[in-house]
Amino acid sequence: MLWEIDVLPLKANLDRPAQRLVQEAMEYGLADQFAAASGRAFLLSGDHLADADALRVADQLLTDHVVEQAVVAPVGDARLATAPAWLAGEVRVVHVLPKPGVMDPVALSAQSAIADLGIEPPLVRTCHKYWLAGLDDQQVATLSSRLLANDAIEQVIVGPLSLDHLDVGRPYEFELQTVALDQLDDDGLMQLSRQGQLYLQLAEMQTIQKYFRDLGRAPTDIELETLAQTWSEHCSHKTLAGRIKYTGPDGERQFDNMLKETIFAATQTLRKQWGDDDWCVSVFADNAGVVTFDDENHVAFKVETHNHPSALEPYGGANTGLGGVIRDILGTGLGAEPVCSTDVFCFAPPDTPADSLPPGVLHPRRVMKGVVSGVRDYGNRMGIPTVNGAVYFDRRYLGNPLVYCGNVGVIPHDKAFGAPQPGDFIVAIGGRTGRDGIHGATFSSAELTHESEELSGGAVQIGNAIEEKMVQDVLLAARDRGLYTSVTDCGAGGFSSAVGEMGEKIGAEVWLERAPLKYEGLSYTEIWISEAQERMVVSVPEGNWSELESLCASEGVEATVIGKFEPTGRLVLKYHGQTVCDLAMSVLHDGRPPVIREANYTPPAATPFELPERTSYNDDLLKVLGSLNVASKEWIIRQYDHEVKAGSVVKPLVGRASDGPSDAAVVRPVLTNQRAIVISCGMNPHYGDFDTYHMAASAIDEAIRNCVAVGADPQRIAILDNFCWGDCEKAETLGSLVRAAMACHDLSLELGTPFISGKDSLNNEFSYFDADGRKQTIAIPPSLLISAMGQMDDCSQAVTMDLKATGNPIYLVGVTKNELGGSHFTLVNELTGGQVPTVDAAAARETFTSMHTAIKSGAVLACHDLCEGGLAVAAAEMAFAGGLGMQLSLDAIELAEGGVAAKLFSESNTRFLVEVDASKAAEFESAMANVPYVQIGTTVSDTRLSIAADGTNFVDADIDELKSAWKSPLAW
Amino acid sequence: MSSPRVLVLRAPGTNCDKETAFAFEQAGGTPRTAHIRELLGNPSLLAEHQVLCIPGGFSYGDDIASGRILGNQLREQLTNALQEFRASDKLVLGICNGFQVLMKTGLLDIDDAEGPQATLAWNDSGRYEARWVNLNVEPGNCVFLQGIEDIVLPVAHAEGKFVVRDQQTLDSLAGAGRLVLRYTDSAADSETLSLEPQVDYPANPNGASADIAGICDTTGRVLGLMPHPERFLFAHQHPNWTSKGLSGAGAGAKLFDNAVAYFK
Repeated sequence: MLWEIDVLPLKANLDRPAQRLVQEAMEYGLADQFAAASGRAFLLSGDHLADADALRVADQLLTDHVVEQAVVAPVGDARLATAPAWLAGEVRVVHVLPKPGVMDPVALSAQSAIADLGIEPPLVRTCHKYWLAGLDDQQVATLSSRLLANDAIEQVIVGPLSLDHLDVGRPYEFELQTVALDQLDDDGLMQLSRQGQLYLQLAEMQTIQKYFRDLGRAPTDIELETLAQTWSEHCSHKTLAGRIKYTGPDGERQFDNMLKETIFAATQTLRKQWGDDDWCVSVFADNAGVVTFDDENHVAFKVETHNHPSALEPYGGANTGLGGVIRDILGTGLGAEPVCSTDVFCFAPPDTPADSLPPGVLHPRRVMKGVVSGVRDYGNRMGIPTVNGAVYFDRRYLGNPLVYCGNVGVIPHDKAFGAPQPGDFIVAIGGRTGRDGIHGATFSSAELTHESEELSGGAVQIGNAIEEKMVQDVLLAARDRGLYTSVTDCGAGGFSSAVGEMGEKIGAEVWLERAPLKYEGLSYTEIWISEAQERMVVSVPEGNWSELESLCASEGVEATVIGKFEPTGRLVLKYHGQTVCDLAMSVLHDGRPPVIREANYTPPAATPFELPERTSYNDDLLKVLGSLNVASKEWIIRQYDHEVKAGSVVKPLVGRASDGPSDAAVVRPVLTNQRAIVISCGMNPHYGDFDTYHMAASAIDEAIRNCVAVGADPQRIAILDNFCWGDCEKAETLGSLVRAAMACHDLSLELGTPFISGKDSLNNEFSYFDADGRKQTIAIPPSLLISAMGQMDDCSQAVTMDLKATGNPIYLVGVTKNELGGSHFTLVNELTGGQVPTVDAAAARETFTSMHTAIKSGAVLACHDLCEGGLAVAAAEMAFAGGLGMQLSLDAIELAEGGVAAKLFSESNTRFLVEVDASKAAEFESAMANVPYVQIGTTVSDTRLSIAADGTNFVDADIDELKSAWKSPLAW
Repeated sequence: MSSPRVLVLRAPGTNCDKETAFAFEQAGGTPRTAHIRELLGNPSLLAEHQVLCIPGGFSYGDDIASGRILGNQLREQLTNALQEFRASDKLVLGICNGFQVLMKTGLLDIDDAEGPQATLAWNDSGRYEARWVNLNVEPGNCVFLQGIEDIVLPVAHAEGKFVVRDQQTLDSLAGAGRLVLRYTDSAADSETLSLEPQVDYPANPNGASADIAGICDTTGRVLGLMPHPERFLFAHQHPNWTSKGLSGAGAGAKLFDNAVAYFK
C-alpha cells in the first residue's frame, strides 16, 4: 500500500511558504494576481503498513496539532487533491519530489522515527505540495521551473499523483568492462576522453595508451576512470603546478612548477629565516594548512570553492561546498575539530532584469538566496559558527557564480600528522555510497513516473549535515582513543581519490562489494568513483577494528572495512573476488606527462582619468554606501549561527545596535584560554581589470589589515590563496594568474606572512548561444580570495570599529595616494581609468607592527580599515555603528593631486582610521613614531558626520541617513 | 551534596553540548555528556544524576519538526523515568532545541486531554535568525531564574515562535506564573496578555504569542527557553562589551549557578 500523508497549515496566515511564493513570483515578474497554498507530503510505502499505523504516524510524528492538520489517504484518493477551503477559483495542484537517488534526509529521519513508534518502517519519500489558483497551465509550468523546483534534482508533477509503489534501485549484474585503446588514433583518443567524460589531454591519453600497450592488455573502465580522476585538474592542479613559460611586464620567466616556485617558495624561505621560531606546522601538504596555537593545540585552516555545482543548484552546491571543506578539516592530520567557518560569494547583481538572462542561467537573486540557504543549513546544523565573509557583485559572475567556503579547526599537537601502515584496514565511515556524484550517470529505476529518469550528475548533490556531525562526533572520539593511523575525506573522486592518496606510498587492495550502498544497482566503477557526501576513510590497525566498530555503532554511524593497505606498491580493486583494477601506484601519482603552457600578461594601457570636482560629496558617499559590495550584509549574517560553541569575542556585526561591519571576527577556540584566533579576508576583482599584480597585493594587504584592525598580532598571521580564474588554456588568462601568483610570492616574503594552503578553480567561464545563434562566452574577472587567520594573546584586548565616546581624537594612519582606479567612487560614477592601488610592502609591515603596539597599549578605542570607498566610507561606518558624529578635516592629509575627491574616496592600501582615547593620545603617537599618521578630527556628540577642507564641509550628513543608505539595498 | 551531577543529553545533530557542559562545570556541577542511545539502553543513568539538560542544536536535523524525533523517543520510551526524575526534586533544563524537545515530552505540563496547548512554530520571518534579545524575567518559583530581573541573551533559531492554542491557555499559564521569560524592548513593557506579540520585531525575534521566550512547568523545576544562556558566560560575549567596557563573567552563568546552588 502506498500512503500519502499531507501536513497542512491550519490557517492561511500560517502558510509562510505560500506567502513567500506569491511574493517571489511578483519580485521576479513571473505572475501576479494569484493565490497559493502549500503543504508537506510524505509518501509511505510498506507491505505491512495498516490504516491505523498511517494514522498514528500522521498524528504522533508528522503533525503539530496547534498549527497544522493532516490528510491521510492512499495515493490517488480525491481528498489528497482537494485544495484548502480558503483558495477560490480554478486550482491546480503541483507536486515537487526529489529525483530518485537525490539525498532526502527528512525521509531517512522519518523512516527511523517511525521505527521508534514501534511500527515496521516503510519506505519514505517526501514531497512539497502547492495549490495554485488563478494561473493557467503555462504560468504553472513557468512558476514550477523558475521557483518551485530545480530540474537538476527535483521533478514536478502537476495534478494528482498516480503511482502505486516507490522503487529505489535494481540489482546489479557484474560484467567486467574493458576499453579498446590500442588501435585508437589521436582523434579517437580525444573522442574517448570527451565522451567518457575523462577530460584528459592528448599527451595524457597517449601516455595511458602506451602504458597498457606495454602491459599487453586493454585497460578496464575502472582503471581509466581512476587515472582520469587522479590526473584531473581538480586533484592534481596540473596547470598551476605545471611548466609555464611566462612573459609579462616584469620580463620572461620559465617555471617548472609555478606554484612551487612562487607561493610555496616564499613560505619555505620564511620558515628557514625563522629557524627555531618557525610557527608553521604543515603547509601545502595536508588537507589544510596547520600552524601553532597554544601549548596544547595547533590550528588548521582551509578554504575551498564549489562554483560549478552552485551555478547549477545553488542550495545543494553551497551546502556540499561547506560540508566538503569541513571534511577537509576533519581529514587534516589525525583529524582537527572544526571551530568556525568563513564564506565568500561572488554573484551578478540581484537586480539583473529577468528577461536579460542568457538561456540556462538561474536568476542571480535566486542563486544568492539558494547559496546563502545552503551555507546556512549546513553550518547551523553542524553547529559550526560562520563568523566571517564577504559578497562581491559583478555582471561577469552571471553564469558562473563563485562560492568560497572555509573552515578553521583545532588539533592537539600529537595529532597533527598521520600515516597509514602496511596491513591497516581501509575503513569507510559515515554516509552510504550512491549514484550521487557520478558524472553523466543515469539512474534507470522504475520511479515515480515509471520512466527512466536522468539522475542528477556529479555536480549536483544535496548534503546531509547531521550525518556529517555524527561522523565528526565518532571520528574525534576515535582519534582521541588512538584507534586509527590516518584519515582523509572522501571528496572529489570519492574512494578513488581517498584510497589512492592514502595508499600512494604503500599499496592498497579494495573489496568494492563491501561498500555499503544507498540502493542496489551500482556497478563496481560507480562505487569507486561516487562522490557521495559525508564519508571519511581511515586506516585502522587490525587490532583496533572491533573497538572502532563498536564506537561507531554506539552512535548509529556505519563503519565498514572495505580493503587493506598492502605493501605491494599497487592499487588492486576487486569485486566479489574478481580483479577489476591492477595499477602501479607510481603510474597514478608520477606517471602523468607534464602540462606545458604559455602565459602572457600585458596590463591594459592607462586611460585618461579626470575626477569630478564638486562642492558636496554627500551624494557620492550615499551612493558608495548603498552600492552592493559595500552595503550591509546583515540579511545574510543573521541567518548564520555565528555564536555557537560560545567562543565569540568580536562578531561579524558590531556597534551600539549590533549592525556595524566588523573588519574581522575574533573567536576563542578553547574556552579556558584567553588566546584567540582572528579571521578575515581580502578580495577586489575590480582591481584585476587594471593589473592582477596589484590586485593580489591589495587583497593580501586588505586581509592582513582587517586582522590587525581588531587586534591580531601581525607576526602570527597565516594566509590562504584561492584563485578562481577563467580558461587558463588561454595564454592571456593564465598570464594574469601567474602575475598574481608572483605578487603573492613578493608580498608574503616582504610582509613575513606565510601562505599555508591554497586552491585553484580554473575554467570559470559560461558559454551560451545568443538570440542570433552566435556563441557568447562570459569569463569571470580574475578573482583571488586571500583569507587570513591571525592570532592574539589576549582576547580582552580586541578592538571593534564602532566609535566609543565623544571628545576623542581621530587619526588617519597610512599614506593616501591618488589611487582611484577600480575604486567604488569610479564604479558608482561610471568613470574609467585611474591608478589602481598599490602596496608599499616595507611601509605596510612597519604600519601593521605599529598599529598592533598601539592596540596592545590600550590607547585604541575603535579601529577600522580603509577599503572600498576609502576614508569617507570608513568614517561613515564608524560613526553610524557607534551612534556618534565626527568632525573631520582633510587639510592635514598630504596629497599632491586628486583634490578633495581623492582624499575622501581613494582606496590606497595599508590605512586605518582610529579613535584614540583622549587621555592616551601621547601613547598612541609614540607607538606610531615610525609610521605616517595624522590627526584629522574628533568625535562629537551630535549625530552628524562632517568632513571639511579649507573650512568648507564637503560631506555633512546625519549618521542615520548614511546608515539607512548602507542598510537598505540588501535588507531582504 | 557538594557537586550535583548533570546529565547533558545529546542526540545526532545536538551541537551545543560542549559549551553547555562547560557552563555547568564552571558553576561547580559535574557534567557528563551521554548519547541518547546510551540513555535508552540504560535508563537508570537518569537516576544517577540531579540535573538533566537537553542542549541546543538540531537533534535529528529538526527533520519533520524541531525537536520532534528526540521528543518522541523520550516520550515513547522514557516517560516514567522522566516523571520520576522530576518528582524526585530534580531539575530539567531545555535550551533552544532542548526546549523544542521538552515541549514534546510532557515534562512542561502543556498537554491537556485534547493534546498540546502550545507549540514552538516557525518564526514569523520564515527563516533562521541569530541575534541578541532583551528578556523580562518573572522567576516565580522557577529554580533556574531566581534572583534575575532582566537579562540579555542571544537567540539563534528558525522555529522559536511560541504559539498558544487559545486565550484561556495563555491566561492559565500566566496565572500559574509559568511565563517566566518574555522578550521586551527598552520601551515600557506591556501589561496586556494577548495571543499577539506586544513587542515588535526584532525585539521579539519570532512573533511569539505574548512575547514568550521561555516557560517553566508547574513545579518550577523544569525550564524550557529559546535563548542561549550558555553563550553568555563571559562578558566579552556581549555584543557591546567593547563599548560598555565589560569584563569578567556574563549574566547567563547565573542560570547554571542557580541550578548547582539548588543542591547545596
